[in-house]
Amino acid sequence: MKISYLFFVIGIIFIGVTTKVAFESNLDVLKLDSLEMVLVPGGSFMYRQSGEYLKDDFPIDAPLTKVKFEKFLEIMKYQVSVGDYEKCVSDGKCEPRKWQGKQDEKLPATGISFNNALSYAQWLTKNSDYVWRLPTDQEWSYVAGSKYVDDALKSDKVNLSISDRWLEKYQKYAEFNFSPVGKVSIRGFFGANENGIYDLSGNIWEWTSDCYNRTRLNASGIELNTTNNCGVRISAGSHRAYISSFIQDARGGGCSVGAPPSYLGFRLIKDGKRDVISRFLDLTRL
Amino acid sequence: MMNRRNALKSAIFATMAVPALIQKASAEEAFTPVAEKVDLSKFKRKKIELVKPPFVHEHDQVAKGAPSVVEFEMTIVEKEMEIDDEGTMLQAMTFDGSVPGPLMVVHECDYVELTLINPESNSMPHNIDFHAATGGLGGGALTLVNPGELTVLRFKATRPGTFVYHCAPGGPMIPWHVVSGMSGAIMILPRDGLKDPEGKSVKYDTVFYIGENDLYIPKDEDGEYKRYESPGDSYSDTVEVMNGLIPSHVVFNGKVGALTGDNALKSKVGETVLFIHSQANRDTRPHLIGGHGDLVWETGKFNNPPERDLETWFIRGGSAGAALYRFRQPGVYAYVNHNLIEAVNLGATAHVVVEGEWNNDLMEQVKAPIAFGQSYLGKKALP
Repeated sequence: MKISYLFFVIGIIFIGVTTKVAFESNLDVLKLDSLEMVLVPGGSFMYRQSGEYLKDDFPIDAPLTKVKFEKFLEIMKYQVSVGDYEKCVSDGKCEPRKWQGKQDEKLPATGISFNNALSYAQWLTKNSDYVWRLPTDQEWSYVAGSKYVDDALKSDKVNLSISDRWLEKYQKYAEFNFSPVGKVSIRGFFGANENGIYDLSGNIWEWTSDCYNRTRLNASGIELNTTNNCGVRISAGSHRAYISSFIQDARGGGCSVGAPPSYLGFRLIKDGKRDVISRFLDLTRL
Repeated sequence: MMNRRNALKSAIFATMAVPALIQKASAEEAFTPVAEKVDLSKFKRKKIELVKPPFVHEHDQVAKGAPSVVEFEMTIVEKEMEIDDEGTMLQAMTFDGSVPGPLMVVHECDYVELTLINPESNSMPHNIDFHAATGGLGGGALTLVNPGELTVLRFKATRPGTFVYHCAPGGPMIPWHVVSGMSGAIMILPRDGLKDPEGKSVKYDTVFYIGENDLYIPKDEDGEYKRYESPGDSYSDTVEVMNGLIPSHVVFNGKVGALTGDNALKSKVGETVLFIHSQANRDTRPHLIGGHGDLVWETGKFNNPPERDLETWFIRGGSAGAALYRFRQPGVYAYVNHNLIEAVNLGATAHVVVEGEWNNDLMEQVKAPIAFGQSYLGKKALP
């Protein structure tokens, strides 16, 4: 009896020590350079819902709704850098980027698919005390502040026909494409917004966690149903782009629609502390 | 590395490599044939200001009066040009400063008289070969001009059609000058205008001139496109890429996106557009997404009846073709090289934005995309 107690106690101490060691954040070792964070206080803003809206079978602008954040949001000051992403690649947890020449490690990482960004967030979470994740489209739009562009047509014309709407949209996207494309620039090149977040709506679009959706309303505006397609995600920038989750380079764009994003990259939100269970699950996966 | 003098030298050697005829005349001077003078004093002369593509100078579709001597002037400009929106640069060589060179329009039996200027600021000799012209290597043998020289060439427009012109300064300089941007097109209209297969007159409201270029930009060891000080500096690397026959870019009007977005072409429902498509080096296959070719002179030669209702037409490398289309439905049309890899990934896409009233008889969205469940499937199931 006494011996089994002893084993039990030794066991507990052993688990305690190993978990303590394993729980220790690796961030000091990794020396990542995109971990500078910005705290954006809670508040509210007018948000243009993402996705497509059909009213009585005709495309309309998505509704504008007031969105409130009770708590602050903590988001990366800069986009994740080439060097940081490459560390995840050499750790075997992130897919190598394609079609990119050799780049300075300090440059923002581009050629990143949604799936790549997700892998990076998981890898970073595993190496830290916190949960790291992509922002939702709402969160991104909120912290982007003045850099957030409402992409609704807001046409003056009533009863736009399908082709009128199409043409107006084309024109609007042509205007959106004012963003300087050019080469990938050093971090900070596109300046900071009023929250102190750099390079928003520059020439690198940033992945959000939102899926593409299409919502149908009846003639009186009552929501009928929504189709969600999570194979396509929203990439945020000077206009919203809906892009398949495995695409690393969207520059080719489509045949006949609008302006594609110049480059695809991302930044992450730092969420609450990780709980013991998630850390323990990590251990069992080691 | 090739400096200006070497570039000059190699161009001269290259000239020596072409037919003996030229060598006999002179290796360094343009070939000047001696023959009976032609008296053109009775012909009217008119001077045309050329216009940058994709547009074309004003012209009559049906000739007014007797054939005349039509004077054009082009200045050859060597300059660095951006060929996409990512800062990729080409040491371009151009006719009159644009890629492609401007479209010239005359009528059958007119005389084309071109003043070709090679300014001192250029580094290389150039010339011009008109596929529309007869003899003298299309004019190439008579027009080789060094920096600081000009020449005047006259040729008779004997065959109606759309034809390519390009620089052809001899040997390996020929393909290099062409893929550096030195090509354009001339349209020689029948005196009584264009005709359908039944011989009925047809008119167009607008001409869009699409010059397609295959470009071969070398990359450095890091995979970045290289930039060069001068055309000569870019030569040896570029030839290596050219000889692989796989272009890095395939563009309309000299640049990826030159004819999309803010620069998209514009038309209206009911308007008839003549699309002229030239490719001086490589085969291509224009296609208008959502539209057709009502009448297509695939080989571009107006003495042959046009074909009707084409979906895609074939432009042989080294030729220009013409397609006439009346827009019937508003919206955005993509005019592409229907090798879709070249269209979407390498750049060969233009857009035409067409205004007007939507015609539900031609096309209607009977049901907007809708989520469907078992009940819908059940209705469609076989009894």
